[in-house]
Formats: sequence, structure tokens, C-alpha cells
Amino acid sequence: MKTENQKAWFFVLPVLLLVAFNALVPIMTVVNYSVQETFGNNVFFWQGLDWFEQILRSDRFQAALGRQFLFTFLILIIEVPLGIIIALSMPRKGIWVPVCLVTMALPMLIPWNVVGAMWNIFTLPKIGLLGYFLNDVLGIAYDMTQNPFAAWVTIITMDVWHWTSLVVLLSYAGLVSIPDAYYQAAKIDGASPWKVFRYIQLPKMKTVLTIAILLRFMDSFNIYTEPFVLTGGGPGNSTTLLSIDLVKIALGQFDLGPAAAMSLIYFAITLLVSWLFYTLMTKDDQQ
Amino acid sequence: MRKRAIIPIVYILFLLLPIYWLVAMSFKTTNEILSGFSLFPQTFTLENYRVIFTDPTWYWGYINSIIYVSLNTVISVCVALPAAYAFSRYRFLGDKQLFFWLLTNRMAPAAVFALPFFQLYSSVGLFDTHIAVALAHCLFNIPLAVWILEGFMGGIPKELDETAYVDGYSFPRFFVTIFLPSIKAGVGVAAFFCFMFSWVELLLAKTLTAVAAKPIAATMTKTASSAGYELGLLAAAGTLTIIPGAIVIYFVRNYIARGFALGRV
Amino acid sequence: MAKITLSNLRHSYLPNPGGAEDYALKKIDLDWEDGGAYALLGPSGCGKSTLLNIISGLLTPSEGRILFDGRDVTDLPPDQRNIAQVFQFPVIYDTMTVRENLAFPLRNRGVAEPRIAERVAEIATMLEVQDMLDVRASHLSPDNKQKISMGRGLVRDDVNVVMFDEPLTVIDPHLKWKLRSKLKELHQRVRATMIYVTHDQTEALTFADQVVVMQDGEIVQIGTPVELFERPQHTFVGHFIGSPGMNVLPVTETGGKVTFEGHAIVLEGKITGANGNTELGIRPEFVALSDEGLPAHVRKVSDVGRHCVVEAMVGDTAVKAVVEGDVPGQGAAVHLNFRADQTRLYRDGWIATEMGT
Repeated sequence: MKTENQKAWFFVLPVLLLVAFNALVPIMTVVNYSVQETFGNNVFFWQGLDWFEQILRSDRFQAALGRQFLFTFLILIIEVPLGIIIALSMPRKGIWVPVCLVTMALPMLIPWNVVGAMWNIFTLPKIGLLGYFLNDVLGIAYDMTQNPFAAWVTIITMDVWHWTSLVVLLSYAGLVSIPDAYYQAAKIDGASPWKVFRYIQLPKMKTVLTIAILLRFMDSFNIYTEPFVLTGGGPGNSTTLLSIDLVKIALGQFDLGPAAAMSLIYFAITLLVSWLFYTLMTKDDQQ
Repeated sequence: MRKRAIIPIVYILFLLLPIYWLVAMSFKTTNEILSGFSLFPQTFTLENYRVIFTDPTWYWGYINSIIYVSLNTVISVCVALPAAYAFSRYRFLGDKQLFFWLLTNRMAPAAVFALPFFQLYSSVGLFDTHIAVALAHCLFNIPLAVWILEGFMGGIPKELDETAYVDGYSFPRFFVTIFLPSIKAGVGVAAFFCFMFSWVELLLAKTLTAVAAKPIAATMTKTASSAGYELGLLAAAGTLTIIPGAIVIYFVRNYIARGFALGRV
Repeated sequence: MAKITLSNLRHSYLPNPGGAEDYALKKIDLDWEDGGAYALLGPSGCGKSTLLNIISGLLTPSEGRILFDGRDVTDLPPDQRNIAQVFQFPVIYDTMTVRENLAFPLRNRGVAEPRIAERVAEIATMLEVQDMLDVRASHLSPDNKQKISMGRGLVRDDVNVVMFDEPLTVIDPHLKWKLRSKLKELHQRVRATMIYVTHDQTEALTFADQVVVMQDGEIVQIGTPVELFERPQHTFVGHFIGSPGMNVLPVTETGGKVTFEGHAIVLEGKITGANGNTELGIRPEFVALSDEGLPAHVRKVSDVGRHCVVEAMVGDTAVKAVVEGDVPGQGAAVHLNFRADQTRLYRDGWIATEMGT
């Protein structure tokens, strides 16, 4: 049992100050901008909720949001099952375990723009391994600077390459925590491999899968650097995800008001969906 | 059993292919790259690496990155330790709300903070310093460190604390000499994650720096756009950014699986 | 139900075992009679869990055969052996209800639903868990979880043997006793062969009709609880069973006579065999304090409730005696008397006297 102790606040204070400095001040700045209009020279006019209305109604925002949801949806339905399958087929002990874990974790430790640059080099027609292989060996016309579909396939493949390991490592951690007795009991009870998965492995992986899905949702929803470096949001606007669009408006066009309003809407959506995921996935425990 | 091993092997090959290509490119000359396809470097050259190690704008990029990443790791872990202890051992007014609020910062899109961070750190005179990036990265690293450490501390029975107090240990002495060693795996994992997320982040690091503290990643993007097609140089720089991650991951290899589960297995 | 025969069984966890020390099980020959209640008793690491896993089919022995009613099942997987096993930690399927848990082994074998419902109800009544059938199994207390995992073993009416691998480890002490008597009662009702693995002598002796004592991968004695107590075949059994364990005293044997610390000792019967390292075994219960006998002085007296354990020094060797009533003080000079028909000679650990007539 935890004990009641208000002095614990002193322990939390440094964290509170640092995070508040980094979170509250900028958020207040954003809120401030989001309700004003400026024509430069630090002259601001009260704008009310106009920016919010304008953003929510704009086709550009809706299109970016749609692309963002499509991207995150595809990422989740590919990476989560794939990660589970890989984790299930990994060895549980022996010298290959650390080898697998270290190589699988490697992509996650590469700076995000390097990931983008790496995939750019990898997929260039004529020069890149993949680009050369597809175009010149298989004869498939592949150029992601021209073809939106190719661009989408590339950013999805890149994200699968980059982040599936997170799901693998989390699932694997859940799997190795299952005592042998469970598998032995299942054998004696005559359970099929599917039933072993459904009634033993999946329930035991639930906590870590919840973490995996939440992290994958948040990070894929907030993704910026990798697709920006790889496609720059193109061809056209076909891979302009929310963050890319936001940065374009804020730093490119310096439209502070709309950018701020968009930031808040964006953040709110992330929070809301994360919260929904979390409550849905942990609902059973509270019953 | 044999047949199942195919899946991880294919996956690992898939992971290594782009990395191989990056490394292979870094040993090629610009001529070879542009003249056509070759699976292995035909004229093996270290020229690209020589450029990086002799040009200050390049190697200072690395030093800058390592400085702010280390600063951030130290700050994050140090302030997260007492906080995680408080969350794992005590109940206090608003503890759950505070914990949740901390985690929401992990959910914030970095793009949202880019502009206000620029203004905030400019107004306090920290723009283009290492500490600015280190502090900015605290936004998502501290919540993560608190979360991980709290998970590991939860696995240490409270009796350990009580025994130490009965034995006459003061709180700071208990914390440093008894408690810390027993969660050192957790500290290692938390530090690893702070390092990782600070090392890979670019958007904020690039926004908050101009010259003096510019990270390697930003130097790379500049090269990619300004100097035309210096692919070999870019590949060499990219290859070098993989190395610190690989070294760090080697140290925590035995805790990786549990670490990624944030101590909650 | 079936009779289980283990013949020439050996097992090693190493791929190429060399000497005897590489074997976790060293040559086991044993018959488990149909419907018997057996306990497999021994310290941690003696090979009892290995033996259990070989019977259940989770392990394939390096050498030897396992027969169920004469039929060779050595190469059959666990689900085809019709056995049930209850593990140290309750193994239940968290996401299922108690009812679904109990029905699981039957459903997997394609038993008809009406029959399943009937069996589940029957077992639930037997285990007294009828009122929690629709509760999610993860919400149960540890002892109820363990009951459910027992139930999953008992629900099939074709089980050859039910095996328990230290099933009471995680159960609260006051519930252990309840669950143990429940088990005994279940055995009397279903009459299945049951094998109960434990390192706790009380659990073994109260549950079983026959106790198999193991040490270092070998069976040292099989017998009823009374036999194990009264006539241990090996000093290990004497030592392991009883509280305190048997006195094992170094003696010298010359020409059929045995002397302990210079005093001649009368044994239960004729000495068998020759040479080797000889020891004397006598339980503290059969050592009496008297006016004459072996001179000794008291080193320590511990009051364990109903009686006292007196530790007296004969020469340089400590001998324990169980004494009821008045006890001498520490340092007092006493005389010890060994009851002759309970005094045995052991040669290299094994019994080396014939039973007296």
C-alpha cells in the first residue's frame, strides 16, 4: 500500500517546473496566437474563434487530416500483427536472442532525418538498390517523385522498417514472461496452437500491446521528419501529413493565427484518440 | 521450430538492406554513384569520411549533438528519479492527474511546439545553445523517464525502504546506496530511452539552433539541399550517426526486451 | 484409469551424457498401481519434477519405456496420454470464466455439449465452486484458482493419472490444510491414480498411501508412511523424514560387533554385507534417558511443545533424544539407552541389518 504523504510534492517539483516551462508557456503562446490576427510589427487584433472555424472548414486541413488517419490506420494494421508474428517466431533462449534484439532495435536509434535520407538513397531510380531492382530488374515503373501511389508505398514501407521492431520487442517481452507451465498445461489440455495464442499468449501480451499500440498511434500520428525528408509531402500534396502541413503554414507562410489554431486542434485530436484507445483497451480490467 | 526461424531471418534481412546500402554508398566515389548501379563499392574510398573528420562544420555537428543529448539524458534521469519514487511510493493530492498530464506531453506533436519554442528560448536568450535543445527535449523525455522508472521501482518491495529506515539510514543515504543500485537496470533503460529519443529528434533541435549548437542531422539536411548531389558524403555522415546508437544499445542488450516494455512485464 | 510402469528409465538434460553425474534420473524401475495415492518426496533438485514430466509426456526420457496398462506410451505427446497435471502455480485461462476453464479440455477433444455441461456441473459440485461458475477466472483467489486447475484435470472421465507438482506452494497456510483434505476426499471419490510431488514430508505423509522417496535422481525407498518412519532403507530417508530426523552416528564394525565411541551397541538383528563406511541409525524417539547406558552430557535442550529434544554429547558425537516429562538441565551428566529393535546399521548409506525376530 502507498502511504499518504503531501511532502512527496517536493520530489515531483523539479519535474513539474521543467515540464511546465516547456509545455505551459508554449501552449499559452499558441492559444494566444490562435485567437488573434497579426499584420506584423507585433500588432495583434482579437479574432475570437474564427481561425478554428476557418481551419476546420478548410479543404486543405480536412485533406491532410484524412491522409493522416489513413497513414496511421495502415501503419497500425500492418505493424501490430506483423510485430506479433515476428515475436512469436523468435527464439526464446540461446545466443540468437541478443543478436535478434540488438539488430531489431537498431533502426529505432537512427536519427529520423537519416532514416528519411537512407530510404531516399535506397529507393532512387538507377542509383538506389530498391529503385534499381524494381525498375531495371523487374521492370516495374517505380518513381516516388512522380507517382503518389509509389510515394505512399514507400513511406509506409519505411515506417514498417523503422518501427515494427517496437511492437516486436514489446510483444517479445510479454511472451517471455509467460511461465512454461502455461504451455505445458495447454498441451495436456489438448489445446491447438491457435487456442494457445488466443487464450494464453494474447491475454498475457495485453498490457505490452496496449503500450505498443498507444506509442505507435501517437508517434505515427505526429510523424514529421521521415516523410518530410523522403518525399517533402509530394508529389503534389499526396503525402502531406498533418505535421508537414502545419510546419508549412507556421514556418513557411508564417500564418501564425491559423497555424496556432491548427496546432491546438491537432493536439486535441491526438489526446482524444489516445484516450479512446486507452479506455477501450483497458475496459475489461475495470469490470 | 526450424521453419519458424525463417520469419525473423527475413525480417532482419529487410532491416539490414537499407542500412547496408547506406554504408556501401559511403565508400563509393561520387563518380561511381552517378555512373550507374553497383552492388559493392568498385573503387573503395575513404574520401567521404576524410571530409567529415576534417571539416569543422561536419564534425562539430557530431560534437554538438552528443553534448545536448548527454545533457538531456543527465537532466531527465536526475529529475525523474525522485519524481518516480514519489509516484511509486506515496499518495498525494493530485498525483494521478499530474501523472496523466505528464504523459500527455509525450503525445504532443513536436511540430506544434516548433514555433513557440523558438520564441520562448529566444526571449530567454538561450537560442542556439546546447542547453536549449537539452531542455526542450525534456518535454517528452522526462515523462518517459518517470514512466519507465516508476515501472521498475514498483517491482522493488516497499519493505526494502522500511528495513533501511529501521537500520538507521537517512533518506538520501538510503536512496543513493541502497535504492539506486537495486534499480540500476531501470536507470540504464531510462537513460537509454532518453538518449535514443534525444538523438533521433531533429525538428526541435533544428528549430532551436543556428550555428553554434547545430546538430549533425541539421548539417546533413543542409548538405542534401545546398551542395547538390553529394550522396556519398551524405551516406558517410548517416553511417556515422548510426554508431552511437549501436554502442548504447550494446550496453543495454540484456535489458532491451524488458526495457521496451517500460518495466511493466 | 491405468497401471503405470516405468521400466529402465534414465534421463539426462545433456545431449551426450557421460558418467552417472550427468543424469538427472538414474535408472528408475517402478510400478504405480491403478487407483493408488502416491507421493513423490524429495529435496529440490532430486529429479522428482523430471520424473513427473516424463510421465506426463512433456519430456521424452533419454532411455527406457513408460507403459500405461502395458501399452507403450513413451513416444506419445501429452494430450494423447490422457493424463492431468496440476502445477505449482495455478495455471488458469485468465480470459475465460470458471465454467469455460473447466470445459476447455473437453471442448478440445470434441466432447458433445450436453455431456460437457453435465461433467462441469459434477466437478463444480465436487470442488464446491458452483456459485462462481460464471466469474472470470482472473478474479479468483489463489486457492480457488488452484481448485479450478485441479478441476480441469478431473473433468475428463478418461484420465489415467492426475499429477500434482507441489500444488500448495502459493496457498496460504490455513487454506493448505483445507485443500489437502479436499484432495484426499477427491481421491476417495474418483479413485483415479494420483501422484503428488512435494518436498514437504507432512504433505506427502498425510496425502499418500505409498510414498516414493527420491534423492539425486534415484529412488531410495518406497513404502507406507509408517514404514518410512520406522524402518528407513537409507540414512537419507531417516534424515529427511521425521522431526528431528534420525540420528546417524559413525561406528566401527569388527567381527560382527559394533562399537560407538568405544561402547558396544546391540542391533535389531544380524549384520549383512561387509566393509564400506558404516553408520548407526536410531530415531530420537527411541533414545531414552536412564540411569545406566552410554554416558553423555547434555549440550542443548529445545522445547518443541509436546516434548523436548535433548541434544547430548557422547564423546565427540551429538545424539538427539525425544524426552517427555522432566528434562535434565544443560551440562547435566546423563546416560542414554538405545532401543535395540530400532537400532540399525547402515553400510554406505543403505540398511545393513536384518529385521529382528
